[in-house]
Amino acid sequence: MKETTVKGRLWILTNPAGKLYDDIDTDMIFHNRYLHITDVAEMGQYALDNLVGWKNFARKAQAGDVIMAGPNFGSGSSRQQAVDCFRALGINAVIAESFGAIYKRNAINSGLPIVTMPGLSKIAGEFATGDELAVDFATGEVVLNGEKRFQAEPFSGVQMDIYQAGDLFAYGESLGA
Amino acid sequence: MAGQTIIEKIFAAHTAADASVEPGSIIWLDLDVRTARDFAGANVVKNYQTHYGETPVADKTKTFFTFDLVVPPSNIPYANNQQVCRTWAREQGVGVYDVNAGIGSHVVVEEGLAYPGVTLVGTDSHLNILGAIGAFGQGMGDQDIAFAFKTGRTWFEVPPTMKVVVKGEYQYPCTARDLTLAILDKLGSKGALGRAIEFYGPAIEALDLPGRITLASQVTEMGGIVGFIPPSEEVLAYARQQSGRADIPSFAADPDAEYVETVVVDVSGLEPLIACPPNPANVVPVREVAGRRIDSVFFGSCTNGRFEDFAAVAEIVQGKRVAPWVMATVVPATREVYQQMLRSGVLQTLFDAGFIISNPGCGGCASGHLGMTGVGQVNISTSNRNFPGKQGAGDTYLASPVTAAWCALKGEITVPEAS
Repeated sequence: MKETTVKGRLWILTNPAGKLYDDIDTDMIFHNRYLHITDVAEMGQYALDNLVGWKNFARKAQAGDVIMAGPNFGSGSSRQQAVDCFRALGINAVIAESFGAIYKRNAINSGLPIVTMPGLSKIAGEFATGDELAVDFATGEVVLNGEKRFQAEPFSGVQMDIYQAGDLFAYGESLGA
Repeated sequence: MAGQTIIEKIFAAHTAADASVEPGSIIWLDLDVRTARDFAGANVVKNYQTHYGETPVADKTKTFFTFDLVVPPSNIPYANNQQVCRTWAREQGVGVYDVNAGIGSHVVVEEGLAYPGVTLVGTDSHLNILGAIGAFGQGMGDQDIAFAFKTGRTWFEVPPTMKVVVKGEYQYPCTARDLTLAILDKLGSKGALGRAIEFYGPAIEALDLPGRITLASQVTEMGGIVGFIPPSEEVLAYARQQSGRADIPSFAADPDAEYVETVVVDVSGLEPLIACPPNPANVVPVREVAGRRIDSVFFGSCTNGRFEDFAAVAEIVQGKRVAPWVMATVVPATREVYQQMLRSGVLQTLFDAGFIISNPGCGGCASGHLGMTGVGQVNISTSNRNFPGKQGAGDTYLASPVTAAWCALKGEITVPEAS
C-alpha cells in the first residue's frame, strides 16, 4: 500500500491581483507550443510558463511541493502533458476548489494526487506560499503547518484504486484488462 | 426508480446489465469508437507500446487516427509525431484519416461513425461536440486513449444532468453562435462543471445540424462533460443516411428523469454577442466593444467551420473587399465542406473578397498550422477559445461568422447589419 498522507511545501497560485487564480486552463499550465513533446521527463521545465506571474515556476519548484489553486483548475484541452509536467517535477499533490473534467480524469489515471476542496476561495487567506501542508487522501483532511485543520474531499474509490495501483495501466492489469 | 436522462440511457446501453447507472456511480463504459489525433496521437502510441508492446488493439475496425491540428505539418516535431502514428497504424491495421481529411470530430459525423446513441472517445477536448447528433463524445488524455485502444472500454463516473431550456426566438443577424454565447454568458465557465446538459426549447429544436454543432462545441467552455441536443427528424435522417443504419434507437430522456438543475435562458430580443479576451465566457453585446480596430479575422474551427457558416459569410461579402489592413483566413472544417464551397461558388466569392483560403483542418485554432497572432494584434475568430496564447500572442474575440464577416469588411469591431 502506498502512503495516503503526503506533506509538502505549499505554492499558492495567485493572479496578478493577489487572489487565488480561477480557471487556470491547460494552455496556461502547458502551452500548446510544447505539445509535440512525448517524453515526460522533458515536460517539467515548461510547467505553468504561460500563466501570468508564474513563468519561472518550474525552476523554483522542488520535488515534494504541493500546489493550491482556485476553481476549474485544468479547464480546456485534453492534453495529458498538463498533468505529466507536474509528475515530472515530483509535485506531491494539487489542491483546488474544483477541477476541469478531463483534467480530473487525466490526473487520476496517471496517479497524480489531486484533491478537491470546496469553498477554498473563501478561506484562501489562511494559506501562504512556503507553508507546510499535509494532506490525507483517504480522509480529505488538510493540516496547515502541523496545527490548523481543514476539510477537503477524500479520494473517490476509483481514484484511490488507481493511485494505489500506480496508474490506469497497472490498475487495468489488476482487473485483467 | 426514477426515469433516465439521455446520458444515463446511453451509458446503460454500454455497460453491464446489472450496473447502477446513477449520478456519481462509476461504471465500465463500452466504447463504440476510439480515436486519436495528431496532437497526443504519438503519446498514445508511446503509452500503448510501453504497456502493451506489439499486441493488437481490441478492435481495429473501431480504432482510428484523425489528423487535424497541424495539417500538413508546419514543423518537424509534428511531422515526426504524425509519422509515428501512421507507421504504428499500418502495423496494427488501424485506419487513418490523414492530413487531408479535416477536423476529426466532424469527419466521424460525416463518415457515419458517430450517430445518436454512440459512445466515442479521442484526444480532442471538443469531441463532446457529438452531443449535436445525440452521441456521447468525450475528449481524454493519452493514457486514457491508449487504454481504450487496448480494452475497448474505460471507467466513467456518471455525471448528473442539468437542463437548459431556451425560451423565445431570435432573429438574423443573430445566429446559433449568438444563442450559444447567450447560454455561455448565463452559465459561465463553471455553470455546467462536471455535468451533462440537455438542451430544450423551440429555438433549440429549430437548429440545423451545423447550428447544433456550434452549440455543442461550447459545452466544454461551460465546464460540461457533454451537451445533448435531442435529434430532430432532419438530424436522424442524416444520421441514418451517413451510417447506413435504418434503425437508430431513440435515446430521449424519460419524462420523469431527474435533473440536478434547470436553467432558463430567454433569447427574445437577443442581440449579436462577442466573447472578449481572456476567456470564452467573457461575453458582451458587440455594440459595447464596437469601433475597436482589428488586424485579423479567422473563420473556421470545429465550432463554426461548416459550409453553412461560410455561405453566410459569402452572402455578406459578395462583391465587397475585406479592409486592406485585415488578414482574413478561412479554414473549412473538412474536405466535404471544402468541396461544397467549391461547387457552390462560395469559395470564389470569398476569394474575390480577399480571403486567404486554406485546406481543411483546425487552422489557427490551438496555434495550428497557419494564422498565428502577434503581440498587440486584435483578432476576431469564430473558433472556440480565446484563452491567452491559444491562437497566438494577440487578443482574440469570439463571434459568429456573420459578425466576423462585417468586422472583416469594416476593419473594426462592428455590429452586423440585418440585411
